[in-house]
Amino acid sequence: MTREELERIRAEAKQALEARDMTTLPEGELKPPRPGEVRVVLRNCGQIDPTRIEDYIARDGYFALAKALGMSPEQVIDEVKRSGLRGRGGAGFPAAQKWLFARQAVAARPAPADGSPPAYLICNGDEGDPGAFMDRAVLEGDPHSVLEGMTIAAYAMGATQGYLYVRAEYPVAVDHLQKAIPQARKLGLLGKDIFGAGFDFDVDIRIGAGAFVCGEETALIDSIEGRRGEPRPRPPFPAVSGLWGKPTSVNNVETLANVPQIILKGAEWFAAMGTEKSKGTKTFAIAGKVKNTGLIEVPMGITMREIIYDIGGGILDKKKFKAAQTGGPLGGCLPEQYLDTPIDFESLAAAGSLMGSGGLIVLDENDCMVDVARFFMDFTQDESCGKCPPCSLGTKRLLEILTRMTRAEGTPEDLLTLEYLTQNIATTALCALGQGSVNPVVTTLRHFRDEYEAHIRDKFCPAGVCKGMFHYEILAECCTGCGVCRKKCPEGVIRGEKKAPHEIDQPNCIVCGDCYKACKFAAIAIRPGPTEKSRRAAHKTETPQG
Amino acid sequence: MSFSLASHLQELDDLIDREKARGGALIPVLHQAQELYGYLPRELQDYIADRLDLPQSTVYGVVTFYAFFTTRPRGRHRVGVCLGTACYVRGNTKNLERLSQELGVCPGESTPDWRYSLEVCRCIGLCSQAPAIMIDKSVHSKVQPDQVAEILSQYE
Ligand code: FES
Repeated sequence: MTREELERIRAEAKQALEARDMTTLPEGELKPPRPGEVRVVLRNCGQIDPTRIEDYIARDGYFALAKALGMSPEQVIDEVKRSGLRGRGGAGFPAAQKWLFARQAVAARPAPADGSPPAYLICNGDEGDPGAFMDRAVLEGDPHSVLEGMTIAAYAMGATQGYLYVRAEYPVAVDHLQKAIPQARKLGLLGKDIFGAGFDFDVDIRIGAGAFVCGEETALIDSIEGRRGEPRPRPPFPAVSGLWGKPTSVNNVETLANVPQIILKGAEWFAAMGTEKSKGTKTFAIAGKVKNTGLIEVPMGITMREIIYDIGGGILDKKKFKAAQTGGPLGGCLPEQYLDTPIDFESLAAAGSLMGSGGLIVLDENDCMVDVARFFMDFTQDESCGKCPPCSLGTKRLLEILTRMTRAEGTPEDLLTLEYLTQNIATTALCALGQGSVNPVVTTLRHFRDEYEAHIRDKFCPAGVCKGMFHYEILAECCTGCGVCRKKCPEGVIRGEKKAPHEIDQPNCIVCGDCYKACKFAAIAIRPGPTEKSRRAAHKTETPQG
Repeated sequence: MSFSLASHLQELDDLIDREKARGGALIPVLHQAQELYGYLPRELQDYIADRLDLPQSTVYGVVTFYAFFTTRPRGRHRVGVCLGTACYVRGNTKNLERLSQELGVCPGESTPDWRYSLEVCRCIGLCSQAPAIMIDKSVHSKVQPDQVAEILSQYE
């Protein structure tokens, strides 16, 4: 393959792409860009057929690779460094720095005598944060952008073999990659002597097996080596000794998908977007109690209010906003006062949360923050690999305490224990999973302490979530007597004449919440104390958990 | 349902030979073996350990570490209910309760006729269409409790 040949393919493919009606492609969760969005990583998603390499080339695909291979590896690193690109998988470590460290480590050791690769590049597509699905969108919708990014990164750091680690839960992404890799090989864009520059690189897919901790880079390396994914203490860092003891760089899908654009359009173009320390754009997956859910891509530094209200269309069913959960199970819950904080790596960390991979889940007045903390702890406790005691034992203890609280069994000492334990785990756990596992508890304790206190002191769940800790009452002054609740009630325990205030027969109410949801006049209120039936039910059944 | 290693032995041997050449063969082998046999009982694990020259404890350790691998047989259809954050706040526990009632089994169990097994999973990437349920490789989004019986009936 030469540049001229690539140009010829592009010219032909462009015409073919324009002639084709792309609306036949499944649009999925990606809607046309909304005002305020800037698409860099998602620019091709939904615009091309991801199973055709020609479509990608038509939109300037692989031209960045051609350009990069005409530069020295150091120049490539320098370009990306000046762009300010930081890792999109969570911690925000500068991407170029990782490559530079690995490159130096390769130079410092003798070339492998057995002909094995001198270094490895791993693309981390183990998108485990529940609530985030940008990597899936990119891998499914534009797989070649990731392959091109990987090849450029490998050239910069000196790797000749790459691994693309994808979750087993994403069968379509795996399928598209399995088509994309042979296509790239056939055109000589992967394999030996790419673009005649004397550079060899190939990519192998590895399918995950369902372990959240494998998103951590050293655990990911263990998993590729065929072992249990247990994080290793650092140093040595993977850049020095990673996969099979060789220098290794682990980069996230979204990070790598940015790389071709940076090379093509230049560091300055990229650095012009975003904030002082967080450059470029970021994809966010908006979900939860918001009108327009889905994937968006916006410049760093946008505020949460713009995302939730301008792009997301505001809260569902005219409810009140309570918190935004960012960063997945290792992130935190941010209340209203953070709505106007510009979002970047630093500001989210300062608020006690995380950028994470960009999941953003909106919670409203009917979400109980104690239960949300319990939910996340249930997740991390389950996913803890079990290697270090602060995480494996600590998360278990935290989960027990939080579960007690949501069952009206919390004590005032529990709050102190929570504070003490979270502090200890954060400072002593081995990896980011353990250290971050406490964030949902810490942030909810900080911003929603009154809810914890209500659970403990009054045995009351003000959001109306925790079973057996509240009941419903119809407010006579608000009830119009429309009768909707009476019709909805599965137990038939709501009484009332048409146009007159209705009433719930409390002892027989099972507190299912159907009336509360159905009422259009906000005439049903959540009050402390269980009904006879709901108390008995809460003791009998437990919410099934994973 | 009794286990028979012989039933797919030829395919198993072939895939092990194929994967053995690459580094880190164990997980890919387990993936494909599970695809062949449906699950990974001890007998199968020990055979794989033998063929890959690994201690049985290593294979057992890996199988039990990763949620995707199962040591128990599963029904013809795997009903996975997502309890990721987005699905949780949009009420997927109600769907799980209903499914559990309809099938008469708890999460992690299979129906006696081996038609379905009920599982809980964590985020299948359909958060924007929560609450979501995945049955085998097809997905059902924005599911309401009243729809689950009808959805189940689509799978024989
Ligand atoms: S949380 Fe259910 S699909 Fe993501």
